[in-house]
Amino acid sequence: MQDFIQHIINGISLGSIYALIALGYTMVYGILKMINFAHSDVYMVGAFAAYYVARFLGIENNPGFSTLITLLLFSMLSCAILGLAIERFAYRPLRKAPKLNILITAIGVSLFLEYGGQVVFGADPKVFPEVMKDFVLFNIADVELKSFDVTVLLVSLIAMLGLQFLIFKTKLGRAMRAVSANSSVASLLGVNPDRIITFTFIVGSALAGIGSVLVGMKYPKIDPLMGMMIGLKAFVAAVLGGIGNVGGAVLGALIMGLSEEMVVAYLSSTYRDALAFGILIVILIFKPAGLLGKYSVEKV
Amino acid sequence: MKFLKAPLLTLLILSVVGLVFDFALDAYFQLILLYALVNCLLSMSLNLVNGYTGQFSLGHAGFMAIGAYFAAYANTKWDILPPALNALEFFIYCTGAGLFAAVAGLLVGLPSLRLKGDYLAIVTLGFGEIIRVTLLNMDFLGGPRGYSNIPGFSSFLFSFIFACVWLTICFFTIWRVMHSTYGRGFLSVREDEIAAEAMGINTTRMKVRAFVLSSFFAGVAGALFAHFTKFISPSSFTFLQSVNVVIMVVLGGMGSMTGSIVAAFIITILPEALRPLQDLTGVDLRMVIYSLSLILVMILRPKGLFGDQEITAVWRKYARRNS
Repeated sequence: MQDFIQHIINGISLGSIYALIALGYTMVYGILKMINFAHSDVYMVGAFAAYYVARFLGIENNPGFSTLITLLLFSMLSCAILGLAIERFAYRPLRKAPKLNILITAIGVSLFLEYGGQVVFGADPKVFPEVMKDFVLFNIADVELKSFDVTVLLVSLIAMLGLQFLIFKTKLGRAMRAVSANSSVASLLGVNPDRIITFTFIVGSALAGIGSVLVGMKYPKIDPLMGMMIGLKAFVAAVLGGIGNVGGAVLGALIMGLSEEMVVAYLSSTYRDALAFGILIVILIFKPAGLLGKYSVEKV
Repeated sequence: MKFLKAPLLTLLILSVVGLVFDFALDAYFQLILLYALVNCLLSMSLNLVNGYTGQFSLGHAGFMAIGAYFAAYANTKWDILPPALNALEFFIYCTGAGLFAAVAGLLVGLPSLRLKGDYLAIVTLGFGEIIRVTLLNMDFLGGPRGYSNIPGFSSFLFSFIFACVWLTICFFTIWRVMHSTYGRGFLSVREDEIAAEAMGINTTRMKVRAFVLSSFFAGVAGALFAHFTKFISPSSFTFLQSVNVVIMVVLGGMGSMTGSIVAAFIITILPEALRPLQDLTGVDLRMVIYSLSLILVMILRPKGLFGDQEITAVWRKYARRNS
């Protein structure tokens, strides 16, 4: 029984990391109706930014709260700048192009970041700086609550609450929702869609930056292709919850994290990657709008 | 037999070209040439789905893998014809590989082709990955160790002509399908699905037909690939391989058969041609240039090299402008 609870804790911790990345996918999809394939590589760059900043500041062997905050901030910053650049140089020239072209460009940007990363950072895996010491915080009835899992949960919870506040309580958030609902009407009412889209990319990328530091802390091996699989899974999570829906992304990510942990624990770990796609295919065939998504009627 | 005239003539010309290459090129270039032919098959078949029918499939490598593994398994385990008829046996197994992949294409296509655009891309990607992961877990096919000792052809000329036979079959099949009522159906689905439906076209069935035909040739391409490399493993058929084929189709122009062929040659030869650059700089810049050019093509010339026209039409236009 305590094994089961332990797996649930691990699953939630994994799920909240997926959620941070899934939020970036879902926000961009909500506004631009495109899959930002490069998002997972923005996350990869975030991890490397944190790695180099830690080495530069000499804090790679200095675990503690201040290290965590510093790395989070720098990772968010570099991801935000990268997201901004991608939007500005790759996606904005194609704003009016057919969807297929945008999709292919997104794949191109993703490949570019992956191979560019291999050239710049080197293809061999690197060891992520020690952000925190992993120790057992609580021990309730043989269920261990480790500091890593608690940190992951707390940080992602704060990030998600911040996002919730941003989207639903600020003027900027209202503008984002307006552009997402109908960008031409929003621009008639004095919202500049281009600026809002740029801002969405910045926020989504910054969330990926947070995710990258948390993943680096938990699984301290980073390489230029690390984003591929986790990005696909986060995307599946976003679709599962209903893409374009912020709450749905979090719900989908938690389901993904839990089910993956259960499959690894009780079935076979070789099928964990196929599981994500299995879930995706089932959900798209039976409920294409996702768990919390709204069906839209196609007008002629 | 009039309908066989053009294919046979093409085949004859290609064989003569092959004879020339047999003497003119060394083994390295010959192997690249064979890969280019495999890629031609892949890009032409994907062009049927992505170009003509306007659906976006990202799982082509999965069907290629099915074909490759079927051909590899059949050739090593079964022996139905005497050794003198080796080529015929290869041909039969290639057809079998294609049929096997086509059945897989039907199974994948029936549920997923109801989806559109981005979703379809992701689902086909998912199926491609599932096929790969399943192959990884199949022990009798070698699992992650791969499948080795696949029989191949004795000489380059033989392999070249064998590939050209399939290339001709693929080209003329797709060409003639596209000039029949089915082809009109495919095109109408691409242009406007709702209007096509209103005109009495069963759009889902059209899409599935295009998908199955495309998977058939992908399977054949996989079988050829297995014969040429003599070793396959699940890592030869990753997501990247699918993306590669998509890049060929996009670069050549979606809806242009000759464009796909030209692009397949460019994409196969470009990384090899950039090898000196790697020696010069010491780092592998090839894939960076490759992905960057994909983005630039999309921004600067979104319709690809030839758009939806064939090379003959492009050439005629060029000649008219100059006269």
